Amino acid sequence: MKSILIQNGHVVDPANQIDGEADVFIQDGKIVKVGKGLKVKADQLINAKGKIVTPGLVDIHVHLREPGFEYKETIASGTLAAVAGGVTSVACMPNTNPPIDDQAIVYFIKSKAEKEGHCHVFPVGCISKRREGAEMSEVGELKKAGAVGLSDDGAPIMNAELMRRVMEYAKMHDLVVIDHCEDMDLSNNGVMNEGHASTVLGLRGIPAASETVMVARNILLAEMTGAKFHVAHMSTAGSVELVRQAKKKGLNVTAETAPHYWSLSDKSIKNYNANFKMNPPLRSEEDVAAIRKALKEGIIDCIATDHAPHSSTEKQCEFDEAAFGIVGLETLFAVTYSHLVEPGVVSLSRAIELLTTAPSKIVGINKGTLSEGVDADVAIFDITTEKKVDVNQFKSKGRNSPFNGWNLRGWCELTIVSGEIKFKSGE
Amino acid sequence: MTWKSKDLLTLEELSASEIQTILDTASSFKEVSTRSVKKVPALRGRTVVLFFQEPSTRTRVSFELAAKRLSADILNVQTASSSLVKGETLIDTLKTLESMTIDALVVRHKCSGVPLMLANMTNATVINAGDGFHEHPTQGLLDLLTIREQKGKIEGLTVTIIGDITHSRVARSNIHGLQKMGAKVRVCAPTTLMPMGIEKMGVEVYHDLDKALKDTDVVYVLRLQLERQKKNLFPTIREYSILYGVTNERLKRAKKDAIVMHPGPMNRGVEISSGVADGPASVIDEQVTNGVAVRMAVLYLLKGEKTQGENA
Repeated sequence: MKSILIQNGHVVDPANQIDGEADVFIQDGKIVKVGKGLKVKADQLINAKGKIVTPGLVDIHVHLREPGFEYKETIASGTLAAVAGGVTSVACMPNTNPPIDDQAIVYFIKSKAEKEGHCHVFPVGCISKRREGAEMSEVGELKKAGAVGLSDDGAPIMNAELMRRVMEYAKMHDLVVIDHCEDMDLSNNGVMNEGHASTVLGLRGIPAASETVMVARNILLAEMTGAKFHVAHMSTAGSVELVRQAKKKGLNVTAETAPHYWSLSDKSIKNYNANFKMNPPLRSEEDVAAIRKALKEGIIDCIATDHAPHSSTEKQCEFDEAAFGIVGLETLFAVTYSHLVEPGVVSLSRAIELLTTAPSKIVGINKGTLSEGVDADVAIFDITTEKKVDVNQFKSKGRNSPFNGWNLRGWCELTIVSGEIKFKSGE
Repeated sequence: MTWKSKDLLTLEELSASEIQTILDTASSFKEVSTRSVKKVPALRGRTVVLFFQEPSTRTRVSFELAAKRLSADILNVQTASSSLVKGETLIDTLKTLESMTIDALVVRHKCSGVPLMLANMTNATVINAGDGFHEHPTQGLLDLLTIREQKGKIEGLTVTIIGDITHSRVARSNIHGLQKMGAKVRVCAPTTLMPMGIEKMGVEVYHDLDKALKDTDVVYVLRLQLERQKKNLFPTIREYSILYGVTNERLKRAKKDAIVMHPGPMNRGVEISSGVADGPASVIDEQVTNGVAVRMAVLYLLKGEKTQGENA
């Protein structure tokens, strides 16, 4: 395998406290050395002057849709979208068909990813058999096959007794329990956040409490069981307060949020455009402010996209009938840079931490660093050139982005996965 | 005057002077319906599709009459007879209709926002005949016309809307329309039928009917969907009727010359007593009459002016 030397870039590697100009030397698919003015011979030189060089980003909340929904996305198209966004590792959610509720599906995804994928893929296994929320899946076997966490994502675990048992059992297997926190009764078939905006639009509302009460229940169960519990796509001010208290108590509780929860609010929904429909829904401006503050204060541990591709038929229809979810892999860093780093909510190095080491730690994978000897997963970003988001240029099969037409900075130039260049902008 | 916009989708987007123009036009059309030959040629050769994807008799019949009195060709496309039941998407249905070169599409749909979505995708004129809980602009306009006729003005009046505000497109259109025309709007409902953040729409919020009715000029009673009781939005129809039913006794709190309105169909003895519905304050029949005139005005302003221009 050939060697690569990335020269003169601004390297940001929070795991090794690097934040300044340096070179990165890659050989045989591994990081060999990071340092200033490296005197080494390499097969390929990459000039990264004026660019940001980071560990490949890690997104622990992605829907690759395969098997079962290949018309929305495949492992091939989803991982290509990932590397186009500088993401080199994804944890994929188990709401496939069949769902990832036994070893066979974990093996299927891993082998497909090996053959057709463009980045590292880490399956998340189901909490319950068939994702029905009734009986626990074979958690131990899922772990052995390579599942990095447990979730019935897309569906919450409404049965508190099941959640208790899964937490107890997952703790024994050292697996994090990830919940899509939502009380379905409170959501009551709602399609957007309940508040002034839903009242004016005449759309059925999902109250903030629908998420918050479930976060509360799950934190109480995490306290009781001692399990590792992770809040998926956190969106409300109330949830932030509960996670803050849980952390103060020293519980094993972590949380993620997605770029749309700090850059958009329920006021952004215009003309019943279903590209603004996701679950949890875009919340009030007060919630958005709380999410930004939580990112700044470290109450939220990491950023994940909840990349949820859908076909145009499922989105260009009645708002009530449209599928929940938006794509996010290809705009992840640009929205983070332009709407979190540039306004000064977090520093660049903290943003990279939220996108690399922090998510890796939650699902227990050795990713997100430029430490010597690790897989050479590297991303290079241009933070100076402003470019308009154009969904028609996406590598993902999904075009369902609320950011279409936005002018952003922070675009991926080059992505290396295990020492191989997997994406180069303009190619 | 020439009408600027292609569609009529909401009262939220109309200006006071545009509303004024529609009401004035409607007033002049009222005369047509009193003739023995109730027809004018304003929309001759135009095709109007009544695209009703939710059960409706009153509004559809009213639009159909309005279009017929303007000499338009009418096509009824309803849920049971359309390909929507065969799983065709809304957009494909729209494209099919558009390919047959229609001029106007009158849309009723159970989902909020559908007329707006369709309007953005077609060159045909789209008229919202009620979408979900969002708006019902022609209902709002006919209510404004009725109030103006009965009270001689709209500005400065106090209008109290009573009932299920959360699920009411009639309430939303009336709130927008009345406020633009200078009326003060009160809404009165149990807390469970009052949508979150409604006060930010500039209305006064009441839960006590007697207080809400005090010194009001117009009492607007909304229809109660009786099945909402099963969703725990009120305990029983009996209790709703005791707390929020408008009776002649309670009507005494309103101004002496107050009028009572209802968009129909009524649940007599639930939200409104027969004594009130059939009493001297009721202008419910006038609302229905004005419905045809307002819809003629809307069709004429959106589709009729150009016909005359072409002829001249």
